[in-house]
Amino acid sequence: MLKLIDVETCYGNIRALKGISLNVAEGEIVSLIGANGAGKTTTLMTISGLVPISSGQIFFNNKRIEKTDPDKIVAAGISQAPEGRRIFPGLSVLENLEMGAFLRADQREIRKDMDYIFDLFPLLNKRRHQAGGTLSGGEQQMLAISRALMARPKLLLLDEPSLGLSPLMTNQIFEMIKKINSEQHMTIFLVEQNAYLALKLSHRGYVMENGFITLEGQAAALLTDNNVKKAYLGI
Amino acid sequence: MNYFWDLFLGGITRGSIYALIALGYTMVYGILELINFAHGEIYMIGAFTALIVASVLTMHGLTGVAVLILATIVAVFYAAAYGFSVEKIAYKPLRQAPRLSPLISAIGMSIFLQNYVLLAQTSDFLPFPNLLQDVLLPEAISGWIAPSEFIIIFTAAVLMIGLTLILKFTKMGKAMRAVAQDREMAMLLGINVNRIISRTFIIGSALAAIGGVLIASHVGRINFYIGFGAGIKAFTAAVLGGIGSIPGAMLGGLVLGLTESFATGYISSDYENVFAFALLILILIFKPEGILGRSSQQKV
Repeated sequence: MLKLIDVETCYGNIRALKGISLNVAEGEIVSLIGANGAGKTTTLMTISGLVPISSGQIFFNNKRIEKTDPDKIVAAGISQAPEGRRIFPGLSVLENLEMGAFLRADQREIRKDMDYIFDLFPLLNKRRHQAGGTLSGGEQQMLAISRALMARPKLLLLDEPSLGLSPLMTNQIFEMIKKINSEQHMTIFLVEQNAYLALKLSHRGYVMENGFITLEGQAAALLTDNNVKKAYLGI
Repeated sequence: MNYFWDLFLGGITRGSIYALIALGYTMVYGILELINFAHGEIYMIGAFTALIVASVLTMHGLTGVAVLILATIVAVFYAAAYGFSVEKIAYKPLRQAPRLSPLISAIGMSIFLQNYVLLAQTSDFLPFPNLLQDVLLPEAISGWIAPSEFIIIFTAAVLMIGLTLILKFTKMGKAMRAVAQDREMAMLLGINVNRIISRTFIIGSALAAIGGVLIASHVGRINFYIGFGAGIKAFTAAVLGGIGSIPGAMLGGLVLGLTESFATGYISSDYENVFAFALLILILIFKPEGILGRSSQQKV
């Protein structure tokens, strides 16, 4: 479904991605793990078209998208819940969700999707008219994922959904991600620093270091890999 | 008491115009964090367009309210086209540049537009027909307020309520607020940010043009330089109310208008600007974010 071939991305003179290749198949949860500054967020922002690519190719459903505008990429079916959640603080929960469905015009289906989301996260329903900025971290993360889902994507990009959340809330969020994947057959590409949780949830995983992909494989295999254990699992 | 009432109405009238222009400053600032110094010139171009259209129509024998309405409509479209083009030419290429660059570019645009009108028209003051006097008001209203004042206040109020409703309830309005709050996130949701920015300039320019037509009819003369003075005052109003805040711009305009009016009436018209800017300094010292502005949050 998604395929990156030799993707390089630079910020000025700094090469953040030094030729990475990866792929995500339909229905999968694939995680990208690695330390701070490895280039994980840059990878997602390059896929979403917010950071210009220097060289390489990105295919989405066999179409090249590496030179496509961000709004066309969303329209093609990729949506992202970025690092730090980035809820619009002055927009209500409902308005945040509406913005997620910005490119859609099918009012009835949008309503239906909102009902599904309020079903999934009853807490959001209770706060639907509250400003996004007044929500707790966990609620904001729920809203960020929901907002991304409102675009009805074929591929969901999640950047550090566990960031700054309590272990309990993190578990809840990860349960939801699993549910979205199994119930809606949503393909998910997950970036996480919490390698253990991410790999446990995923089918496959990639390990990133200093702009390179250094390791890839089945998630279960990575969980028992000695290098991964030492570097990311702290075992 | 009557004198007070006159000053009060005069202040609200003046303030309504400031508010209409200030909205353009504050909306652009909210989205681009840019002070669009060419905004005053858009207001001036609106007034000039209305003057030209009104003269042509009058020559063809048209009179009364029809002239006012047609002239305003043409002025709105013309000014909107200018606002749209100014953004495309002077600001869009500098979207990624350091913040000082578009600011300089804005000042350049302002000077360019002033001189363009100076050369194309004239440096003299031109008489502007009082288009507002042809609007007939019921006795109940014209008894306690001058018709032109009433029309200015009424029109400004309708426009401001309309803008508030658009921003609150329409999809485009919500997208404008979203872009102002987090441009990159808006892009991630598929919002075409360039289109939203263009529309912001179009709306701001249209409001300024209407303000230009109204005040020019009220005052009775215009020249190429009126945009500078009005622009500075409206900018002051926007900062006073809290730049980036829509209700702030409206309130700031009214507060500034009233201050000027009362200072002129009770002290001396020589001190009009002194009081306007003294008010600004006081606000900046004691409430730097403006009356309704929120203290700037550090982005993480």
